[in-house]
Amino acid sequence: MSAGAVYTIVEREFKRFFRQRGRFLSSLARPLFWLFVVGPGLGRLIRSPGDVAYQQFLFPGVLGIVVLFGSILSSLSTVYDREFGTLRIMLVAPISRLTIVTGKTLSGALLSVAQGWILLVLAPFLGLKIGPAQLLAISLYLFLASIAIASLGMLMTTRIDSLENYSTIMNFVVFPMFFLSGGLYPVKLLPALLRYVVYLNPLTYGIDLFKHALLPAAASGSLGTDISLPLDVSVLVLFTGIAMALATLLFDKEAKLVKRAEPRA
Amino acid sequence: MAFADSAAIEAVELVKQFGSLTAVGGVSFAVQPGELFGLLGPNGSGKTTTIHMLCTLLRPTTGTARVNSCDVVAQPLQVRRAIGLVFQETTLDRDLTAYENLLFTAYLHHIPRADAQERILELLKVMELADRRNELVRKLSGGLKRRLDIAQGVLHRPKILFLDEPTIGLDPRSRAAVWGFIGRLRQGGMTILHTTHYLEEAERSDRVGIIDRGKLIALGPPVELKKASNRPSLNEVFLHLTGRKIQESQTE
Repeated sequence: MSAGAVYTIVEREFKRFFRQRGRFLSSLARPLFWLFVVGPGLGRLIRSPGDVAYQQFLFPGVLGIVVLFGSILSSLSTVYDREFGTLRIMLVAPISRLTIVTGKTLSGALLSVAQGWILLVLAPFLGLKIGPAQLLAISLYLFLASIAIASLGMLMTTRIDSLENYSTIMNFVVFPMFFLSGGLYPVKLLPALLRYVVYLNPLTYGIDLFKHALLPAAASGSLGTDISLPLDVSVLVLFTGIAMALATLLFDKEAKLVKRAEPRA
Repeated sequence: MAFADSAAIEAVELVKQFGSLTAVGGVSFAVQPGELFGLLGPNGSGKTTTIHMLCTLLRPTTGTARVNSCDVVAQPLQVRRAIGLVFQETTLDRDLTAYENLLFTAYLHHIPRADAQERILELLKVMELADRRNELVRKLSGGLKRRLDIAQGVLHRPKILFLDEPTIGLDPRSRAAVWGFIGRLRQGGMTILHTTHYLEEAERSDRVGIIDRGKLIALGPPVELKKASNRPSLNEVFLHLTGRKIQESQTE
């Protein structure tokens, strides 16, 4: 694997992210909408028994939204690269497929961490204190969760032919992943069947990590964490490894490249 | 069929099938170092598929090919190190500037930063793009984009350059500029394989392979091809060999 090539792939994604103003602004607006529109509304309905307010409980979930959209959208840009040709420049360069997959996955993960940091500025306004140690922990957790979701995104792009499938992904992957993640409501309160689905979702473990770092230690009530910290970390690391390996194996089965390259006979 | 060890490109009975469609049906040829070799044929005749197999982007269904003496299936990284490829459609990132696009390519080819900057500026000057280097690619005209595509293909100074329809869709002035640049690359000793369906461009090649429906139907210097079938132009040669005009099969 080539570090220089991974670096340039990541650098390109960052440039693109900040230049595509619509994408950049929606990444800022999306979490704010949940935090300051949906949060206060639902907060009125929910009397939390412990010492955690619903809006505070929601904050790790909203970080989860940032990670989910940031990582998946960045990985899906590979489909855009395939349609507009830039992927071919990477495929014909003397670098391995693993380098390309790593570069694209890392781009998604680091972009999500950056977006997560922006959101963390708001944590004190919700009464959540973040010290230096917590900041370090949450940065690490953001990275673990983001790279897991970005790997999943890369794995999906190996199965997607065109940007036309984009809304399908949104409706059948992205939104269900968020609603079934423990971000909006504690996992323990869900019916058993749904709980199983939630535990199959990698985002659940990411959001639980954020709860470990951000919610007060005493929050053992219903609005606390659901899973132990070592299990969260293990699941995310394992998930990332498997998804990356599969994505590299399946990456660019030649037919997809050819479909665009070959003039219709 | 065996070829000399010194060949820059050698294809032996290359076949590529997509399902029931045979895109390339057994193509063999060799290109010598420093040669300008043209593949002439109508759209859909298998030119692009052949190039993609030689550049390791497609795996031949059967047959073998060696580029710079490396097998395209067994040694793809070694092959990619020796080649440059300019695709038929642009591969530039529209959200990056001309300079940034070239820098991206430079790093993909492991060119160190200091070298990269120098080479890019030099190449942009040659391509008469130096004053547009900080403009986003989406703002450049088709002709300028094409020049930048070619710059992207030669930045790492490949031994062997593949140009897939390098002048397609360009106005005469831009076409002349592209051919001027190809001439300069040849002086530097680069081996070049280009595909075209423009007959006057095929005529510029040292040797031409005429390809139709996935088969190589004639191969040789343009003068000899015309002499052999006793026809005044390559167009007539194609008509003589296939019973069709080359332009009839294309949609542009």
